[in-house]
Amino acid sequence: GKGWKREEKVMCFPRLSRVAVCGGTHGNELSGVYLVRELLKAEKKVKKKKEEEDEEPVSVQLVLSNPRAMQQCRRYVDTDLNRCFTHAALNGSPSDSDPYEMIRSRELNAMLGPKGSPKAMDLVCDLHNTTANMGLCFIAYSDSDWVCLHLFRHLQARQYTQQANLLRVHLDTNESYSLDSVGKHGFAMEIGPQPHGVVRSNIYTAMKVGVQHVLEWVHFFNSGTVFEGGLVEVFTMVKHIDYPRDKETHNITAAIHPQLQDRDFCLLRPEDALFQTFSGETLRYKGKEPLYPFFVNECAYYEKGIALSLARKRQVMIPSIRVQTEQEQQANERGFKSEEEE
Amino acid sequence: MSFSGSASFAEATRVAIFGGTHGNEMSGVTLVNLWMKNKEEIQRKRVDTEPFITNPRAVEKCTRYVDTDLNRAFTPENLSAPGGDDLPYEVQRAQEINRIFGPKGSPEAYDVIFDLHNTTSNMGCTLILESSKDLFNLQMMNYIKKAIAPASCLVLLNEHPLLKYSTSRSVAKHPVGLEVGPQPQGVLRSNIFEAMRVILKHALDFIELFNEGMEFPPCTVEVFRVLERIDYPRDNNGNIIAMVHPNLQDGDWEPLNPGDPMFQTFDGKTIHYQGSSTVYPTFINEAAYYEKQQAFVTTRRETLVASAIRKA
Repeated sequence: GKGWKREEKVMCFPRLSRVAVCGGTHGNELSGVYLVRELLKAEKKVKKKKEEEDEEPVSVQLVLSNPRAMQQCRRYVDTDLNRCFTHAALNGSPSDSDPYEMIRSRELNAMLGPKGSPKAMDLVCDLHNTTANMGLCFIAYSDSDWVCLHLFRHLQARQYTQQANLLRVHLDTNESYSLDSVGKHGFAMEIGPQPHGVVRSNIYTAMKVGVQHVLEWVHFFNSGTVFEGGLVEVFTMVKHIDYPRDKETHNITAAIHPQLQDRDFCLLRPEDALFQTFSGETLRYKGKEPLYPFFVNECAYYEKGIALSLARKRQVMIPSIRVQTEQEQQANERGFKSEEEE
Repeated sequence: MSFSGSASFAEATRVAIFGGTHGNEMSGVTLVNLWMKNKEEIQRKRVDTEPFITNPRAVEKCTRYVDTDLNRAFTPENLSAPGGDDLPYEVQRAQEINRIFGPKGSPEAYDVIFDLHNTTSNMGCTLILESSKDLFNLQMMNYIKKAIAPASCLVLLNEHPLLKYSTSRSVAKHPVGLEVGPQPQGVLRSNIFEAMRVILKHALDFIELFNEGMEFPPCTVEVFRVLERIDYPRDNNGNIIAMVHPNLQDGDWEPLNPGDPMFQTFDGKTIHYQGSSTVYPTFINEAAYYEKQQAFVTTRRETLVASAIRKA
């Protein structure tokens, strides 16, 4: 007799025609700075050739996000650019005394957004480095961005690096603040360990290949490939832990313990060593729940009061996805229009 | 090779430990702050060691320097420059430090200054010597190396007339640089911090023994003598066009032979070392040296002989 054919639900998303790759959001995280510079150089050479070859090329916008900080090889000039993309920051009334990065975030929002509007980039990929031993880490701020999760899965499957993790940062206020939140889909590609102000060839290559895989996936997606769903391992941020500090000076009084140093994404259990004070005492993790540390000893987080962050690991079920067909896309747009008319 | 008995030196009673010459090199900043609060650990009989933060504004901002590199600022021109408050901050600091711990070249100068640094290079523990004729320093470095064995502490000799620079420690009669890496700028790694601490402990032990009258017999010290600075390949606009090759990255103190991979261009091509003989590279991929046009320095291995020393 007839066999039952279970119909798997495939979620459809519009074409990703406009992609942005951003480097230098922090001016001293050099893989992204150098990679975007090189891609800009290459773009000049191959642009003409590509337009002849592809019917509908994906437009890749290459952006050096914080040029002034890059010039000084600093994280930022006045304030952290990657915290300046909340709606409040983007839409507040401009003033002469605005920090440089606030002015810049509005410029970037005009270029890649506006955030939340149909004109925004389909996908924003923001390149970062960390001094923490996090390997290749995809950071997604949204709750259920299936496009990003599938992208991550593709990178992971390529197995071109030893360690690839997906980190979901949960925001208390539900208000995203980072550059990648300007696009309809967005994520940060964070690779470490690398000192700020340094280019390590292995890290650069990992980022370069990573971006190639991202663009390759976008191309497959736009061509109609169905990406099968399944389980994805996700680390979800739970909390931060600060260094112990002197009450008067606020200076730190301990360093990350040697047993924890460089062990990002290795389970931290209750009573495991956390810090070593300068007088040699071991301070231990007093939480009740074993959690996964990340951003362990990230240079830029000392001033944010973060020695390490902790995450839970879980499996997330992601649906199969594919690109909308032209008819589906038109029907969708008509739907929007009629909604607006009502 | 002949020894004409021991060389004698005055007791080393005035000793200083400098931290924060570069404000983002955290081991030295942390150790000096610790010892300014509580000097017990650095106290020895017959020697009063002063811990001192040389560049407090840079430390406060956690940056290498504010106006100019303090560790290049102790030139004769700078030390005698008029202008007071109009001078770059670090030049003012250099003059102040020269007043307190110098004057450089005079009999009043401090006997020994240890200047604490970190590097992003994989150099391990490195002692930096400014003169191959400084017997006191050579004997101290020999003592330290033996004391921490089997752990290693190498000696870098920078006596090169063009590449030598005017360091903060150079105001002392016996300047000692201590460089420990790898550590990112702005980061405090526990193992790096403890390694630096142990080296200083042995250094102060040596000074105490010397001051008590111990004679240190003749010894040989293996050093790495700075030969030349190698810059990154750059384009006509001065932009870097290649990175330290993966084979060379982290290979401080390992032989670099003619023909070995040295740099990798951004599109993956290898640039090879074209020197005529094997060298020992160090300061490989130090963050602060991108702006100083230095990807690494080459050195050659030498054995220095130090005659016996004792206190006068």
